[in-house]
Amino acid sequence: MNINFTLISQALAFSTFIWFTVKFVWPPLLKAIEERQKTIADGLAAGERGRHELELASQRSSEILKDAKQQATEIIQQAEKRATEIVEESKNVAKQEGERIIAGAKAEIDHEIFSAKEALRQHAAELAIAGASKILRKEVDAKAHADLLASIEEDLK
Amino acid sequence: MAADTELTPTKYIDHHLTHMIVQVNEGAFWALHIDTLVTSILLGILGLGSVWLVVRKATPGVPSKRQAFVELMIEFIDNEVKNTFHGNRHVFVAPTALTIFIWVLLMNTMDIMPIDITAWVTENVFGLHYWKIVPTTDVNTTFALALSIWFLMIFFSVKVKGLGGWMYELFCTPFGKNPLLWILNLLFNFIEYVSKPLSHSLRLFGNIYAGEIIFLLLGMWAATGVAGAFFGAILGAGWAIFHILIVTLQAFIFMMLAVVYISMAHESH
Repeated sequence: MNINFTLISQALAFSTFIWFTVKFVWPPLLKAIEERQKTIADGLAAGERGRHELELASQRSSEILKDAKQQATEIIQQAEKRATEIVEESKNVAKQEGERIIAGAKAEIDHEIFSAKEALRQHAAELAIAGASKILRKEVDAKAHADLLASIEEDLK
Repeated sequence: MAADTELTPTKYIDHHLTHMIVQVNEGAFWALHIDTLVTSILLGILGLGSVWLVVRKATPGVPSKRQAFVELMIEFIDNEVKNTFHGNRHVFVAPTALTIFIWVLLMNTMDIMPIDITAWVTENVFGLHYWKIVPTTDVNTTFALALSIWFLMIFFSVKVKGLGGWMYELFCTPFGKNPLLWILNLLFNFIEYVSKPLSHSLRLFGNIYAGEIIFLLLGMWAATGVAGAFFGAILGAGWAIFHILIVTLQAFIFMMLAVVYISMAHESH
């Protein structure tokens, strides 16, 4: 155990090593570690924010879904109402149409009856004239008694 | 090893405990233990240099395995410093603690090296007859470290509290500021200031030196024959395994004490 110049040289070496560590070893690693800590903290914050946003979004989506359901219900109700209306309307239209058709048919029938009557009259007149002419074949001249025949025909109408 | 004379146990141990001395100047003080100095500087460059090589390319992203290891070590030390020192530790205290830990640990670890093999290598490869490879078994090293810390302690005391504040602390603590107590306070502080570097350095020196002596004693089993060599080797292995704990623990204790002393210098009583 003898203290000598080694002590001073070792102290110099020690201070040099301390200087080296303080200057070159510690700062870069500390910087790297701090940057990583910041990155991790940012990541965690982002995750938290994402979770929060997801919560908000799901809340919003459920609201939208609820609205949509309500709207759908309204639309269905309106559609049902409208359908009922349309059915009613078409019933009315059909009724009117039916009445019109019936009226038309009736007019047609009347007309048919009239023309049938007319034809019958014609036939009856012709038959009468034919009968009469058969009876009066000899005495009645169609030309001479044309006036008479026309008046009979007129009466029969 | 001295080949010309008969090898006695005393000579064997003496030889292993002798430094290679270079006389820088006239006088006993100007002797330089070149083995201590060169080994310790090489170890410091090796330890801090390899850390520096890793740190130089440190990335804040996913770290490489080597960077993760260095970060683990640095964060461990940083945590210890954080618990003791309440100031901006990144400016000086934490890097200093890291330096002490790495350097002292490596110097202590030299103790586990098989003494006779390393002695053979230094003698026959490098031609150095005396070469102690454990710098911390040289009291100069431990005193150099402890005294550097001691000066830092006084420097920070004066820097933080001012010269007046430091003087006040010397004279008026811990017993009180009554003028009658000044001498007592000063004496008390004097003892504290003397005992701190002494206990700090001698603890490290004593542990590592004792470990070295045990290795040497175990090494002497080899002189008793093959069975003795075998027995000595087993004991040596056991002691070396136990010594892994001691060298780490002593390096850690030395670092912690340095941090504690510097922290105490920052705080007022």
